[in-house]
Amino acid sequence: MNAAMLATTPGGGLLVAAITVPVIGILLLWLVRPRDVETVALAALLANLGVALAVLEKVAAGAAPLVYLIGGWQPPLGLALRADGIAAVFMAMAAIVLVPVAVYARGQFGAPGERRPMVFWTMLLAITAALNLIFLGEDLFNLYVALELLTFAAVPLVSLDGSRETLKAALRYLVFALAGSVLYLLGVAIIYGAYGTLDLGGLAALRGPDGALLVAVGLMTAGLAAKTALFPLHLWLPPAHAGAPPAASAVLSALVVKGSFFIALRLWFDLLPPERAVAGSTLLGVFGAAAVVVGSAMALRQARLKLLVAYSTVAQLGYLFLVFPLGLGSGAAPFESTAWTAGALQLMAHAFAKAAMFMAAGLVYEAIGHDRIAEFRGLGRIAPLTVLTMTLASISLMGLPPSGGFSAKWLMLTAAFGEGAWWWVLVIAAGGLLAAGYVFRILVPAFTPPEEPAARKKPVVVTREAAALALALAAILIGFLPLAPWPLLAVGRIAAGAP
Amino acid sequence: MTALVLDGGIALLTIGIAAWTIRAGDDFAAVVGFIAYGLVLTLAWTRLGAYDVALTEAAIGGGATGVILMRAGARVKPAPASRPSRLARIIVGALSAAVAAGLAAVVLLPPQPAPSLALDVREHLASTGLGNPIGGVLMAYRAADTFLETVVVLLALFGVWSLGRDAHWGGRPGPAPRPGIGGPLPLFARILVPAGIVIGIYIVWVGADAPGGKFQGATILAAMAILAGMAGLVAAPATSGRRLRWLLAAGPIVFVGIGLAGIPLAGAFLAYPPGFEKPLILVIEVALTVSLAAMLALIVAGPPERSP
Repeated sequence: MNAAMLATTPGGGLLVAAITVPVIGILLLWLVRPRDVETVALAALLANLGVALAVLEKVAAGAAPLVYLIGGWQPPLGLALRADGIAAVFMAMAAIVLVPVAVYARGQFGAPGERRPMVFWTMLLAITAALNLIFLGEDLFNLYVALELLTFAAVPLVSLDGSRETLKAALRYLVFALAGSVLYLLGVAIIYGAYGTLDLGGLAALRGPDGALLVAVGLMTAGLAAKTALFPLHLWLPPAHAGAPPAASAVLSALVVKGSFFIALRLWFDLLPPERAVAGSTLLGVFGAAAVVVGSAMALRQARLKLLVAYSTVAQLGYLFLVFPLGLGSGAAPFESTAWTAGALQLMAHAFAKAAMFMAAGLVYEAIGHDRIAEFRGLGRIAPLTVLTMTLASISLMGLPPSGGFSAKWLMLTAAFGEGAWWWVLVIAAGGLLAAGYVFRILVPAFTPPEEPAARKKPVVVTREAAALALALAAILIGFLPLAPWPLLAVGRIAAGAP
Repeated sequence: MTALVLDGGIALLTIGIAAWTIRAGDDFAAVVGFIAYGLVLTLAWTRLGAYDVALTEAAIGGGATGVILMRAGARVKPAPASRPSRLARIIVGALSAAVAAGLAAVVLLPPQPAPSLALDVREHLASTGLGNPIGGVLMAYRAADTFLETVVVLLALFGVWSLGRDAHWGGRPGPAPRPGIGGPLPLFARILVPAGIVIGIYIVWVGADAPGGKFQGATILAAMAILAGMAGLVAAPATSGRRLRWLLAAGPIVFVGIGLAGIPLAGAFLAYPPGFEKPLILVIEVALTVSLAAMLALIVAGPPERSP
């Protein structure tokens, strides 16, 4: 009944560091002098980046996963941490996004010792710990704990400004997120009742009646979809992501929604028997396709930049769910498929581009005192670096070459053509056109010369513009990866169809 | 036969109170229904022999959550309830029925015998120095989950604090105490709190070998602090106080410190050196109890409402 025995691998201690470094950072934040809070937080995020890059290097060099048995106990009794290829890549991606966000956020939340800086930096480190655990966790209850960490860190960021509207948005987010948690936990209870284990490796090795597993994964997927804001459960996202301060929106949109998506990916690719997963995956793809169309159409109609960027997240998340039908339907070895690489690239390209976009939106607001798109004329003169950032991020969001968004959508189209699934091709193409529609609504007026010389409201610190630009460049640069399935992403996956 | 009547009665009562709570006319009645529901659930868990769950349900589900809801209900102004449309209600009802049917099907058709890790848990229990298998799961096999759950509670407290006004940041929660509260509450608190503290400590202590433990004990201790606060006997501390911050962080710091010390001393994070398992676990449990009791009491106390 047990999967192969696991053992701690050399370098496995890095995985413990990935969890403990941000948590120790949180505890320190509340004990050090208020003026040292930002320094401690930045140090913890830099240490986290070092750990994440070291894990990536070791997994890539050894072409084998890193494993750590906590307390020395074997799963399913104990808990293991495991960094396979995709976990290592995503952990590095998250760590890379967090550092420019922190650079951008420094000094933005008021004087040391006030409410907003304490809450922001605490929750940023909590999100770091939660995401690392989501990528490394190998046990369904352990992943539940990670989801709770993520929820309790993300919700206070939405209402950081303390206005009535943001409190309402945070409350709505909390209701959706907690309903999602309850559904996930119900699934966990059902799986333990039916199989007596929560270890992903052990569960994947089980064969037998799968009725309970189907009910459980159905409930859990619904819960995770609410947390990921998959259409039609996306209603909480636009007010929450548009109402949060820009640095917080960047993290919420780029990273937080991806945490629950990653767990859904693991349930469908690692846990469900392949034939069952194929049967259900079309449904997820249909919701994803609807998200692409509806989210883009809503983005086209927004008058304010931050709401437009938030609705764009609803649309771009939709693409991620096309991975289920495309990756599972292609037959054997889903982890080596084109769709698997396409999904991973889409997730990363969106993370970089969307974080850059929200940070740029914040800078626009500071530069001209509002974010009404209709009055963007002359923005290019006032804030050239910020407009450049928005342009580069938009190229990736539209899926124009050369950018990560282009590679992702190109590979997705290749996968869809390969299966003769023309209906997904239509969705992907329509999504790109609609995205072009909404980003040109921002860029065209921004590049139009002003009728009269406009002045900046407030000088902007160049390091903050550079932080946003660096993320937009990252979104472009990952487009230079070869347009082929990326072997690193298949390292150490538990093959769902393997005997 | 008696058992059947008893269990059937509890089951009917559970469903009845749940339905009554949904239909309750106002917030206060709904909260009272919710607390009663928690108590009946406690009985149900007791009948199932799950005494740890029963203790937790009584303390957290009925007790702490009930107090929080009661306070929230008192603060929220009655607003004209916006009823969802008929179609929305039909859809929600249908989805809820589908989930309930799915759950019923799964629960009624368990594999026989039900697979479980319980034997595994017992088999290795001796090496943890504990007598209570649940203590073994929480402090040894799944110590990482327990550690991170205390961080979740700490984050929940910071989230509650973050809801206060900027001007009150670092100040004391709740309105200023009115001097000389009359009535039976202060007398009740003077009698119950000392006894409650002893019971809370006892529940933590027996947790190593019998149902109980830090979460349940800490909840009882937190309840005593809340009672003393409501009776005006103690004042809520300023949230910026250094001693309070250390009190809150002590549990997680001791836990992660001993966990990291396990890497050189016992070969793994959160492993305990042989022969020192029980004393180390007790040290962690005591530190966690203190921190958790403070966290839970402060979550109920709410965001700071007075300038520091």
